[in-house]
Amino acid sequence: MTLTRPPATTPAPAPLVRLRSRLTAPLLYVVSFAVALGLATALVTLAGHSMGDALLALYQGSLEGGASIGQTIDETTPLLIVAIGAIVCARAGIFNIGQEGQLIIGAMAGAAIGLFVPGPGWLVGFLALLGATLAGAVWAGIPAVLHYWRGVDVVISTMLMIFVAMQVVSFAVNRDYLLQETAVKGQILSPQSNLLPEGVRLPRLGEYPDFNLGTGFFIALAITGVVAYLLRYSRWGFRLRMLGMNPVAARRAGVSAAALGGGALLLSGGAAGLAGGVMLTGSVYRIQAGFADNVGWEGLLVALVARNHPLVAIPVALFFGMLRAGGGFLASTGVPRYLVSVVTALLVLAAVFPAAYAELRKRRRPAAVEA
Amino acid sequence: MDSIELILASAVRLAIPLAFAALGEWIAERAGTLNISLEGMMLGGAFTAVAGAHMTGSPSAGLAFGVAAGLLVAVVHATFSHRLSVNTYVVGLTLNVLVLGLTSFLIMRTESRQVDKLTIPLLSDIPVVGPALFDQRWPAYLLIGLVPAAFWLVHRSRWGLEARAAGENPGSADVSGIDVNKRRRQALMICGVLAGFGGAYLAVAEVGTFNQNMTAGRGYMVIAAVIFGGWLLRGTLAGVLVFGAADAMRLALPALGYELNPQFLIASPYLLALIAMTFFAKSHRGPAALGQPFVRGIT
Repeated sequence: MTLTRPPATTPAPAPLVRLRSRLTAPLLYVVSFAVALGLATALVTLAGHSMGDALLALYQGSLEGGASIGQTIDETTPLLIVAIGAIVCARAGIFNIGQEGQLIIGAMAGAAIGLFVPGPGWLVGFLALLGATLAGAVWAGIPAVLHYWRGVDVVISTMLMIFVAMQVVSFAVNRDYLLQETAVKGQILSPQSNLLPEGVRLPRLGEYPDFNLGTGFFIALAITGVVAYLLRYSRWGFRLRMLGMNPVAARRAGVSAAALGGGALLLSGGAAGLAGGVMLTGSVYRIQAGFADNVGWEGLLVALVARNHPLVAIPVALFFGMLRAGGGFLASTGVPRYLVSVVTALLVLAAVFPAAYAELRKRRRPAAVEA
Repeated sequence: MDSIELILASAVRLAIPLAFAALGEWIAERAGTLNISLEGMMLGGAFTAVAGAHMTGSPSAGLAFGVAAGLLVAVVHATFSHRLSVNTYVVGLTLNVLVLGLTSFLIMRTESRQVDKLTIPLLSDIPVVGPALFDQRWPAYLLIGLVPAAFWLVHRSRWGLEARAAGENPGSADVSGIDVNKRRRQALMICGVLAGFGGAYLAVAEVGTFNQNMTAGRGYMVIAAVIFGGWLLRGTLAGVLVFGAADAMRLALPALGYELNPQFLIASPYLLALIAMTFFAKSHRGPAALGQPFVRGIT
């Protein structure tokens, strides 16, 4: 008598089915991006403009010629720094959405140091960046304290802190004893600070009409590299990921949620503050109420589209930076620059859709067939 | 006395659009969605209301257009966050960027007549509170019906019980046969209708035209009001009124010759909400599963 094995409960999927499931994922991405671009095209066409012109303007503003490429990189730099902070936080399972506020508070601290601290330019510039980082961290630290002391939800408190930050900056640039520009005879005072002195600014490589870029970009790249390495290989990174994936197991393993999670929140706030400092010392040079200009929000979106991988954030931030740089050029074609916000938002939705859809399909399929 | 009457009337007037949106946000939050796209819903409502009023020539029809826009934003949000389980904050933020970009892109010189005022005779002559309560645009009086209706829906109906269960303990709700994500989607759509109406009211009833980013953070202010009110209906409405008063004071005090820091008044709703949260957090006032996506089988 020979024992025969019972037949496997689930037959192997036919080659065609396997091929289809392997093709679906990329196909889904292609389709959803096509839908996003189609919607944008429809919008532009319905408003009576030409999508070709708009795309050409976006290309000219972001990639054609050295000055445009430099502009793209300048726009990318703060987005990338914000995104790296957001990634550290998200890996710890904490969702900080207050980068817009942390960024502008950082820039305000940087401006105060850059304008009022005496000393050699390079040192003051360094101190300004350091101060910006610390100020951003403090602004994220308030929600961190509220969370671990009273259990206040981080998402809500970081969001509310944005609006407080805006008013703090607005307060400072409307007071001549604080940051408002010094009066010049015959000119109306604007609610903005003085320009930073030359020596305090971050050096730029190259001259204006040709390719030129701010050295802040190298700071951003260095931070990205260090964070990518630490998250992957260090004990800190391991604990952080453990905390994010399973807080209960992390606590059993002796990870302090308050120290590690709170630290991650401070780091992400510090990154946003540094991004503000780099924007200030690298390209904007003065602070006013509209300084942040959605960089904090968009940096957060970069992290989300990059699905919290630091190295993936580099190309994503470059792409967002291209859109921002190109947006300035759009106006010349008569297409309002707000098209860039629309396209950005549609692309974000297109980027999150396929994975979520695949997940939904997987959940709906009976478990046995999946094995 | 006269200036108190003026500020009170202005506070109520400014609070009315917030109140519509706050009813919606309250329902959505009780069902477990911290709906950040409220700002987008209100802004979209304001824009389409003016565009609709311009096209049809009737400001009342514009209100219906505004409701439709709020609902549309809600449907997109609900599909992404409670069908596809995408992080609700991601969806909300993206929708806000989208609506702000879209309305700024499509902005045109549209004007709309304001809807008519409904002044209740005699009562509006009552000193101090008369003008505030009985001399408003007609849609404002819908609140008299909507507030008890919202309370009944959430606290007295079967739907409300199920929606609150979805917000408090989605796992248990699911086990007892409640379709958690469906209830959350429905709550979000109710929120879209009310927020769209609030935005439309702001544009068509109060201002009479659409300006770029005209809601200017009112949606976030309403979220703050729901938190400030400890997720209770009466608290939420009180929050809306307090924030309306802060706004009214910011506008009125300089004209009356008082010096008060405008930045502090603008920031006060958010500061009050933060302080309120600090006190409420330990007593677990908020819906326990607020903002957490529900996926069956994962705890």
